[in-house]
Amino acid sequence: MKFGVVVFPGSNCDADCHHAIATVTGMEVRDVWHEDTDISDLDCVILPGGFSYGDYLRCGAVARFSPVMKSVVEHAAMGKYVVGICNGFQVLTEAGLLPGALYRNDHLQFICKPQYLRIERVDLPFTHFYEAKQVVSFPIAHGEGRYFADAETLKKLEDNNQIVFRYCDAAGNVTADENPNGSLNNIAGICNERGNVLGMMPHPERVCDRLLGGTDGKKLFKSLVESLHIQAISMRGLR
Amino acid sequence: MLYHVNIEITLKPTVMDAQGTTIERALHKMGHESVSNVRIGKFVTMEIEACCEDTAKSMADEMCVELLANQVIEQFDIQVTSLEVAA
Repeated sequence: MKFGVVVFPGSNCDADCHHAIATVTGMEVRDVWHEDTDISDLDCVILPGGFSYGDYLRCGAVARFSPVMKSVVEHAAMGKYVVGICNGFQVLTEAGLLPGALYRNDHLQFICKPQYLRIERVDLPFTHFYEAKQVVSFPIAHGEGRYFADAETLKKLEDNNQIVFRYCDAAGNVTADENPNGSLNNIAGICNERGNVLGMMPHPERVCDRLLGGTDGKKLFKSLVESLHIQAISMRGLR
Repeated sequence: MLYHVNIEITLKPTVMDAQGTTIERALHKMGHESVSNVRIGKFVTMEIEACCEDTAKSMADEMCVELLANQVIEQFDIQVTSLEVAA
């Protein structure tokens, strides 16, 4: 069972992700340089936060053309797990692995603060250790995290239950006041229809250690490991 | 033939432009109260060697669709002018 953390020029949460996953799960983690194309050894690929290619043109727009991204698209097509965090989420939307787009926060400011989130799906490989509608606190740190999709796409996302995290208050109320960036429907994270690709603006890797102020993110990585175990067992059963 | 290509990328009218709104407010404070519908965009300029204007335009179009614009939120406009005087 192996995790890979993609390192683009300008990624800056790669080491945090690497450390959090290795510490929380005890699993093998390797860094994947953006020019690498062989990721066949990986069970789960993480696209970390940061400012890939200096956020030139649009966040994530240039990273999409990195050689590794073709392999990430294939990895996802095989049903293997992909998680994009912050800039990684932006890369996933630019690459067409997730619908919609992320653009400038409505108040134009870079926000960096702890944020309550309500977990909308607990039947996913990423979230099944959480409780339904559980409220967690993850840090957010972005200038362009405002989720947008056209009305038709948004309806499809809601109808298919593809919204995984919503910005909320401490009691789990999803209100406009708790929306930190103007995202439609308070969307903080979504998954693809198949449920194997997750994109989220908040940073679970920054809340995996009590020393850093919280441990709410641990269950995300623990869920993934458990899912990979189950997947491995069922694959063996099929053979 | 060498062509000069100007590409203008703006947020779609249906997408709220926070920068445009903020700048509009500043312009109003300057005294330009008659200003409305300010939109901020990107401007890309390039030269393209192509056999004809249509080819240059369709190359620029492909660049916009694939990379320069994100059509979920943005729209683009391409202007092509020849840099060579026809013989």
